[in-house]
Amino acid sequence: MMTRLLGWVDERFPLTSVWKEHLAEYYAPKNFNFWYYFGSLAMLVLVIQIVTGIFLTMNYKPDARFAFASVEYIMRDVDYGWLIRYMHSTGASMFFVVVYLHMMRGLLYGSYQKPRELIWLLGMAIYLCLMAEAFFGYLLPWGQMSYWGAQVIVSLVDAISPPVALWVRGDYVIADATLNRFFAFHVIALPLILVILVFLHIVALHQVGSNNPDGIEIKKHKDPTTGIPLDGIPFHPYYSVKDIVGVVGFLIVYFGIIFFSPEMGGYFLEENNFIPADPLKTPPHISPVWYFTPFYAILRAIPQKQVGVIAMGLAVVIFFLLPWLDRGIVKSVRYRGSLYKTALGLFVVAFLILGYMGTQDPNLWYVNPVSRICALVYFGFFFLMPIFTRMDKTKPVPDRVTG
Amino acid sequence: MSETLADHGRRKFLVGATTVVGAAGVAAVVTPFILSMLPSARAKAAGAPVEVDVSKVEPGMMMTQEWRGQPVWIVNRTPEMLAQLGKNNALLSDPDSASSEQPEFCKNPNRSSAEHPNLLVTVGICTHLGCSPVDKMKKGEASGMGSDWPGGFFCPCHGSKYDLSGRVFKSMPAPLNLRIPPYTFLSETRLLIGEEKKRA
Amino acid sequence: MMKLSTWNQRIARWVAVGLVLLTQSIASANSLAVKLDHAPIDPTDTASLQRGAQHFMNYCMNCHGAQFARFDLLTRLGLTEEQVKKNLILTDAKIADYMTVVLNPKDAKAWFGVPPPDLSVETRVRGSDWIYTYLRSFYRDDNRESGWNNRVFPGVAMPNVLYELQGEQELKPGEGPEGQHHASLILAKPGKMSPQEFDRFTADLVNYLEFMAEPARETRIHIGYFAMIFLVIAFFVARALKHEYWKDVH
Repeated sequence: MMTRLLGWVDERFPLTSVWKEHLAEYYAPKNFNFWYYFGSLAMLVLVIQIVTGIFLTMNYKPDARFAFASVEYIMRDVDYGWLIRYMHSTGASMFFVVVYLHMMRGLLYGSYQKPRELIWLLGMAIYLCLMAEAFFGYLLPWGQMSYWGAQVIVSLVDAISPPVALWVRGDYVIADATLNRFFAFHVIALPLILVILVFLHIVALHQVGSNNPDGIEIKKHKDPTTGIPLDGIPFHPYYSVKDIVGVVGFLIVYFGIIFFSPEMGGYFLEENNFIPADPLKTPPHISPVWYFTPFYAILRAIPQKQVGVIAMGLAVVIFFLLPWLDRGIVKSVRYRGSLYKTALGLFVVAFLILGYMGTQDPNLWYVNPVSRICALVYFGFFFLMPIFTRMDKTKPVPDRVTG
Repeated sequence: MSETLADHGRRKFLVGATTVVGAAGVAAVVTPFILSMLPSARAKAAGAPVEVDVSKVEPGMMMTQEWRGQPVWIVNRTPEMLAQLGKNNALLSDPDSASSEQPEFCKNPNRSSAEHPNLLVTVGICTHLGCSPVDKMKKGEASGMGSDWPGGFFCPCHGSKYDLSGRVFKSMPAPLNLRIPPYTFLSETRLLIGEEKKRA
Repeated sequence: MMKLSTWNQRIARWVAVGLVLLTQSIASANSLAVKLDHAPIDPTDTASLQRGAQHFMNYCMNCHGAQFARFDLLTRLGLTEEQVKKNLILTDAKIADYMTVVLNPKDAKAWFGVPPPDLSVETRVRGSDWIYTYLRSFYRDDNRESGWNNRVFPGVAMPNVLYELQGEQELKPGEGPEGQHHASLILAKPGKMSPQEFDRFTADLVNYLEFMAEPARETRIHIGYFAMIFLVIAFFVARALKHEYWKDVH
């Protein structure tokens, strides 16, 4: 009966062949390590955000008069509304945790290199969309940080082109009209684009096949009779069962935060955002949510407004060029020389310090000098990459994957 | 060979165990999402029982009180109207209110409490598709319902007819008699709609 | 051995330097000269929450509202609706009404310069330790129009509404050139309560404020334990399954 039904469907829809091509007979390298969990986890968080988001919109009101109160209504009066809201707010931060680790994986093992440039570009497009999605969503609770965060970011647009900023806001300040349109972007426009981009990202990945911690193309060594890569194993069941472990591990952290520390010390839910938006009074110290702070620190470190905005934009956009900046002949950091290892280490440290500085009061004496040094390291990593990757003394890459 | 067979059993068991744990997890996550769509604490607070003063409803008249966003009718029937109720049985599809929803003490031809047989308290929503019927309380032509009309209510949406006890006529789209909410008389004139409790 | 211990010393020194820098930066970021007292509150202490609710209704709600909370919230503190109506609703509000403020915001602005903030989620803005310390840090200051000042919130618009209970405090400057940083509050005129009783009073109030700011908090933590136990079990089951399948690979 089931076989007949499946046969009926397969004549009309490529169900079995899709299953085989992308899961049961998609051959992934057998040596994936810890870093390879974050792709599937990013998908999981996307699903969580969409589902919790749908349930939040059932009670949220995108109106400047009612928005803050409707969030409190969800937290207090809707059965388990607090759980759904915390899942969404924690999910936003965890999305960036997972995506930053996923990107780090790319840097470690050269996953952006030929032939995976398009995967990387699509991934970067996802990252940009995610930033926009997070930015629009952050206005919705209509607290003080929502309001003034949006005010500051839209003022950056103002630095480039005042009429465009006016057009974005739909008013002379952040106002009801802004809230309403940000809601529209946040709940329908960007999620739609995100889902499409994620789909394309995976299609592109399955076209060329997955990279691995050794940076070796497993398709070079196939079994002569079956044509299956010798170092490959079917994604299902081997990586599906492995990813379940990753998912449950992730859920322990995720629900641990939700149930025991949903504010995460003010990093996931900020104290000032429990004050309703007041267009006449800026809180004494404002900073964006933690996932934007590295770029915010770069913006603040540069004393000239337009240049700062451009530098901040460049800091994000420059990631797109990575496949062409890297002139290395090996992919994985395992076989790179000390130059690349040092550069990558410095870059990661600079990125983390920038992130911390972005949360700090700019009047502290060390914030701007340290941010400037780190910004130099940050851009140095990219601009000098064509040089140090070429000069680097690489180790010989083995024929087959190790471990 | 025997080893692989043993492993096969272990594998099957672990797949089963993971499926069970996974299903339990999914159920645990789905439950709060489903419950979140029930009336919220605010809606429940707003839907709390309401008190009404019924002393102003003259015999032969009715008033409407909102309860949980629904119209609740309080109809003060005259002795003639009550007398007519006993003669309606042949017209009605469920004269004894066997299948309709009402408090136990309203399961009588008057569909009212023993202390206040004249007062009908009912949710004014047609049991067919949720329209609110209109009052055609006067007998015969006075209501524009034909000379044999015994007095009652008429739903304009699909033509269902009810008598003055909210009992539905035979062969009407509406399947049931009008719903009677739980209610209590706190005193001779004070009516509490939404809760059935013992008089103190 | 020698080498290892010197390394240990070096690491210890660096850690120490790092910690000092970190604490300094945090302290300066807060730019708070006053050390906050830890609020001795227990969210599972129903009697304390009930007392706190009573204090809130008696002393706060004349000027501050809690517009996102309804009075029926108080039934979650082990009180019946009748008890709430009788003892805790001091106006003609109904049990399903929001705890909106009695004071007209325009009058408030005229009297205090700023409208008194809504207190629904105040502990999530300030933290319970801050409020606990703040309420106990008022002192007499003749330079202020209200006659009151506060060590935690200098120049605060609110007068000390609890002075009848607490008594009147005065600020005594400390010794030395940086004396103002070490000033201490002394009780110049005792109130109806002893300092211990007043601390208890304030703690109960803060306990209630914390409850009101997030009524689901106890439920959340309670469910959290079950969720964690379940997920840890699920983790080991999933790991066993993974190892079972991966025998084929290794």
